Amino acid sequence: MGAGHTHQLYRPGDTVVHRLPPHCKLPAVAAFAVVVVATPREAFWAFGVYALLLAAVAAVARVPARFLLRRMVIEVPFVVFAVALPIIGLGERVEVLGLSLSAEGLWSAWNILAKATLGVVASILLAATTEPRAMLLGAQRLRLPQTLVQIAMFMLRYMDVILDEMRRMRVARESRGFTARDVRHLPVIAKSAGALFIRSYERGERVHLAMLSRGYTGSMPVIDDLRATARNWATAASLPAAALATAVLSWSVS
Amino acid sequence: MSKPPPSLRVSELAYAYPDGTQALYGVDLTIGRGERVALLGPNGAGKTTLVMHLNGILTAGHGTVEVAGLPVRKDSLAEIRRRVGLVFQDPDDQLFMPTVREDVAFGPANLGVRGFELDLRVKEALQQVGLLEVIDRPPHHLSFGQRRRVAVATVLAMQPEIIVLDEPSSNLDPASRRELAEILRSLDVTVLMVTHDLPYALELCERSLILSGGVIAADGPTRDILADADLLAAHRLELPFGFAVTPQPH
Repeated sequence: MGAGHTHQLYRPGDTVVHRLPPHCKLPAVAAFAVVVVATPREAFWAFGVYALLLAAVAAVARVPARFLLRRMVIEVPFVVFAVALPIIGLGERVEVLGLSLSAEGLWSAWNILAKATLGVVASILLAATTEPRAMLLGAQRLRLPQTLVQIAMFMLRYMDVILDEMRRMRVARESRGFTARDVRHLPVIAKSAGALFIRSYERGERVHLAMLSRGYTGSMPVIDDLRATARNWATAASLPAAALATAVLSWSVS
Repeated sequence: MSKPPPSLRVSELAYAYPDGTQALYGVDLTIGRGERVALLGPNGAGKTTLVMHLNGILTAGHGTVEVAGLPVRKDSLAEIRRRVGLVFQDPDDQLFMPTVREDVAFGPANLGVRGFELDLRVKEALQQVGLLEVIDRPPHHLSFGQRRRVAVATVLAMQPEIIVLDEPSSNLDPASRRELAEILRSLDVTVLMVTHDLPYALELCERSLILSGGVIAADGPTRDILADADLLAAHRLELPFGFAVTPQPH
């Protein structure tokens, strides 16, 4: 808990990737993901090229493989789903290591695993090289819906405040002899969560008052005007462009 | 040359909450330019309700509020909120932006200030509270005392006519409390501070008001008010143990 918590994804550095303006990186990653998803699942080699592209970005940004792997845990639910597909899948069966698996299921599992993994790694690289605050400035610059950007901004600001309140409530519970040991204690935890929700809601109202008092009229003033040069855009575009070339090749081959 | 209008003039201000609870029953007060005034009163006296009227968060049921001659009305809200700087009690409510710089810039940026001028305002305001060095830090990495001072800077950056502080000394350790007092004394701006900290009122404000039961029950030199034990007792106010104030020799 505490200071480092909100920045677990970010890995400070001063590389070309780190220095790229956030509003160039965001669309680059999004475009890369779209290209990956649009690639036919039979084109194994294309996915290999995508992986190499991401490896190159990671190398330039000096993000070590261990850092990436640890953060890829977020993908686990998808992996579980993908593993289940060949077993519960219908249609033609194939024998793999003595197991009868669905061929269609195997293809779907491969499709999900490959594409999801590439998307997750690209996002982790984006997060590792872009400060959370810069990410929001980029989103604001790209004219993403104001409300969403503001919600994300307040989450970033108040995460630690709310975690701190949560910790104080736990200390208060434990000081009166309570420790959560099994499911029978769930109602107490649930009530604490409810109280936390109310407190956060009330804080939201107070923050809104403070904002109104300083002239807020519904939109955040753009203070840091981010600028990107044509070169920045070209650098950022190199990843989706290389991926697109690969995808076009894969379409024409298959 | 005519005298400049007072920083704040409230006349016959009455307000009832939508549920019918009457909070203010006709408040009259005038605060001259450059004065530092303490607003004292027990819990539930209507202090917060009064403060919310000063920058138009609540609008008067009856009566008027004027800031440096400009009446608080729907069409004057933007200018009123520039003139009245509210410093809330919990700095975590006041500081909502990801960095100190952006937070201090929020007010003036809403007024349309940009670029070099904005940068200058932010730095000046932080300089006034002695915290220029934390400009790029996120607010939650600051100590409580620093956050309270940055909260003051956020309103100073709007170059207000009057700053209104809600319990400025609450939760501060003695050194932070003293540092804040020094800062408030150094400012060239009208100050209204809402507080239960009577020694702090005596230290900083020549004049005090007691708001009790939705009306101004007393208005005079802080020393005289704090020396009047019966007056204080009638409005649930007490000096801390071991403190005694002698009235001002007239």
